[in-house]
Amino acid sequence: MSAPVSITRRLNMIEAINDALDIMMERDPDVVVMGEDVGYFGGVFRATAGLQKKYGKTRVFDTPISECGIIGVAVGMGAYGLRPVPEIQFADYIYPGLDQLVSEAARLRYRSAGEFIAPMTVRSPFGGGIFGGQTHSQSPEALFTHVSGIKTIIPSTPYDAKGLLIAAIEDNDPVIFFEPKRIYNGPFNGYYDKPVEPWAKHDDSVVPEGHYTIPLGKARTVREGEAFTVLAYGTMVHVAAAVCAEKGVDAEIIDLRSLVPLDIETVEKSVEKTGKCLIVHEATRTCGFGAELSALVQERCFYHLEAPIERVTGFDTPYPHSLEWAYFPGPVRIGEAIDRLMKA
Amino acid sequence: MSEDRLGSAAAGGNLPPLSLHVPEPKFRPGDRVDYSHLVIPQAGAQPRPDEQCEAAQTHPLCLDLVRVLGEDHRAIGPWDPRLDAETLRRMLRAMAFTRAFDDRMYRGQRQGKTSFYMKCTGEEATSVAPAMALADDDMVFPSYRQQGILITRGYPMVDMINQIYSNRADKLKGRQLPIMYSAREASFFSISGNLATQYPQAVGWAMASAIKGDTRIAATWIGEGSTAEGDFHSAMTFAAVYNAPVIFNVVNNQWAISSFSGFAGAERTTFAARAIGYGIAGIRVDGNDPLAVYAATQWAANRARANAGPTLIEHFTYRAEGHSTSDDPGQYRSAQEREEWPLGDPVNRLKQHLIALGEWSEEQHAEMDRDLMEQVKAATKEAEKNGILGHGLHHPFRTMFEDVFEELPWHLKEQSAQAIHERQVKWPEWKEDEA
Repeated sequence: MSAPVSITRRLNMIEAINDALDIMMERDPDVVVMGEDVGYFGGVFRATAGLQKKYGKTRVFDTPISECGIIGVAVGMGAYGLRPVPEIQFADYIYPGLDQLVSEAARLRYRSAGEFIAPMTVRSPFGGGIFGGQTHSQSPEALFTHVSGIKTIIPSTPYDAKGLLIAAIEDNDPVIFFEPKRIYNGPFNGYYDKPVEPWAKHDDSVVPEGHYTIPLGKARTVREGEAFTVLAYGTMVHVAAAVCAEKGVDAEIIDLRSLVPLDIETVEKSVEKTGKCLIVHEATRTCGFGAELSALVQERCFYHLEAPIERVTGFDTPYPHSLEWAYFPGPVRIGEAIDRLMKA
Repeated sequence: MSEDRLGSAAAGGNLPPLSLHVPEPKFRPGDRVDYSHLVIPQAGAQPRPDEQCEAAQTHPLCLDLVRVLGEDHRAIGPWDPRLDAETLRRMLRAMAFTRAFDDRMYRGQRQGKTSFYMKCTGEEATSVAPAMALADDDMVFPSYRQQGILITRGYPMVDMINQIYSNRADKLKGRQLPIMYSAREASFFSISGNLATQYPQAVGWAMASAIKGDTRIAATWIGEGSTAEGDFHSAMTFAAVYNAPVIFNVVNNQWAISSFSGFAGAERTTFAARAIGYGIAGIRVDGNDPLAVYAATQWAANRARANAGPTLIEHFTYRAEGHSTSDDPGQYRSAQEREEWPLGDPVNRLKQHLIALGEWSEEQHAEMDRDLMEQVKAATKEAEKNGILGHGLHHPFRTMFEDVFEELPWHLKEQSAQAIHERQVKWPEWKEDEA
């Protein structure tokens, strides 16, 4: 981690992402930002606000509504020597670009033996809890972690979002950067019927000015504890932490931040210490990233385990609109898993 | 679904039943071939609009066929690129070299030296002539049948064969299917086995070149069959939107493995006519007429370089051989198609043109062919010193895990160690350094 400069202020996650983009566009003339509505308008979530005005239309521009085209031209731009940062407006829209990501961007370095690379960072808001229905709520991270050659990064705080995004843009491999849109404005804790506090009241909204990076592949221990280990990322870090706090359990909470590459060392150390593991993600259950985590913990920490690994996830249905909170892996589902772990 | 919803005419009352049209090629194995339905206009009859004209001015050319070489083997009309004899001989040589290379590599595959090969016989003009009309540092995004570009650009044939053999000198470390070259120093993008993906990539490269105020343009190739992919249409949209300096080549060789061009829409209109809907320039060209192909590319390149926008060029040609070493065209099309193809053979047409100009002779041609065969043979021998597929002379074992990422993450380190362990179990004497 490079040293943050001293001046700090409080930003929400969108502002932190915007700041990271601004800094990288300023530092590197090869960085270009493109996507649906990202130009003059500044993006539907405002992540690119002000960038076109500052850096001009040939470095920040709107694109046709064609995710295949967006990712495809980003591969070509990368081959030229640019460092494109395409935005896919919602993760749910990424599928038309999947072939360009999976067969092209992810494989280019390998198939050309390093002659051509795809140093792109694909930003995309993901996850639910915003009444987005089934086409604006999905968490498709496991589709990407399954592909060799792509890094998958998910921040959970404004501080991390900035440092991770800068590191992703500087990285020479293709990175999927999923932004948990439910916590753009505040660290939603899963208690949907209670008021959400804004980022301004949260310690992790203190974001230094200027350039700093958080290395890809390093998890963050949010809270040290002895009772059990929580493995989570994105929104679910906050939800899991809130449920643990409400229950007054001494959990060790790990925010993975990077799914591939995964910080296996931090995971192993923690589970070996606590002997119990709770995995939480919002994505559908079957073949979700939790399945991989569960297998890894079982393979590596089996003789330290004192209880079956708990996996709390979204259900294997499309994300329903009206029954959103029935789908969401909220305090009840997480709480019962914690109870089982504590009793074991 | 219930019975009464399926297969019942009752649902629509007295309306006529709908019927599904499934395209069928005109000729199947054993059929007599008659090409009288093909409209082949006179050479020299097509107008050549100004390179910076409104795109719409080119649109009549999308339904026409730009031809330069006439029946008398003379070059005629406004599209005649007026190349000097030396350039014409160079073009002829590159096409013949490509053909000689294909013949040798095809035989090599049959002899078990590699797993796979794809010839471009009959289509040599569609890669050699554009490569000559473009600048050598214009970036090309080919499909899998443009080996003529590398040969024209003087890329070492030994390197091409090393790649085909996946041997220890293969610059791609034995990772890619034969002929899926990558040659950055020849401004030749890594070929994908997934179809049409190179199309939007070429647009992206061209956009980047324009963003940077560069002068280089991009060109890309696709088969008519793959124009059905979404990538094709994404590319056309992006190129039109950003006026990208890119040339789109559609090599319409009539066949996509066993599916004729009708399965990509050829029964309805030409492939060049796709340009009309996107509002970009389009030209349909006789793909077996090297001078017409050269002229069309030169026109499109000048247009792109003048910031006047992209061009779609359909090369109307014929795939004289199978799709690859893995199919037998005798199973799905009439052998007479090749013999009767009304646009002839590109190598022969250029040869006859040079002879008509008094700049070439049958003897010179035969001597050139012998010389090229010897060169290919020598390159093959040289490459074989580095091994052929499956004979042990491959890249070091650990390279399997390299280049997935810039740096090896822990999980790949572990898997690499496992792979090496497995090898040591099977061959206890084996050491990585000797691989």
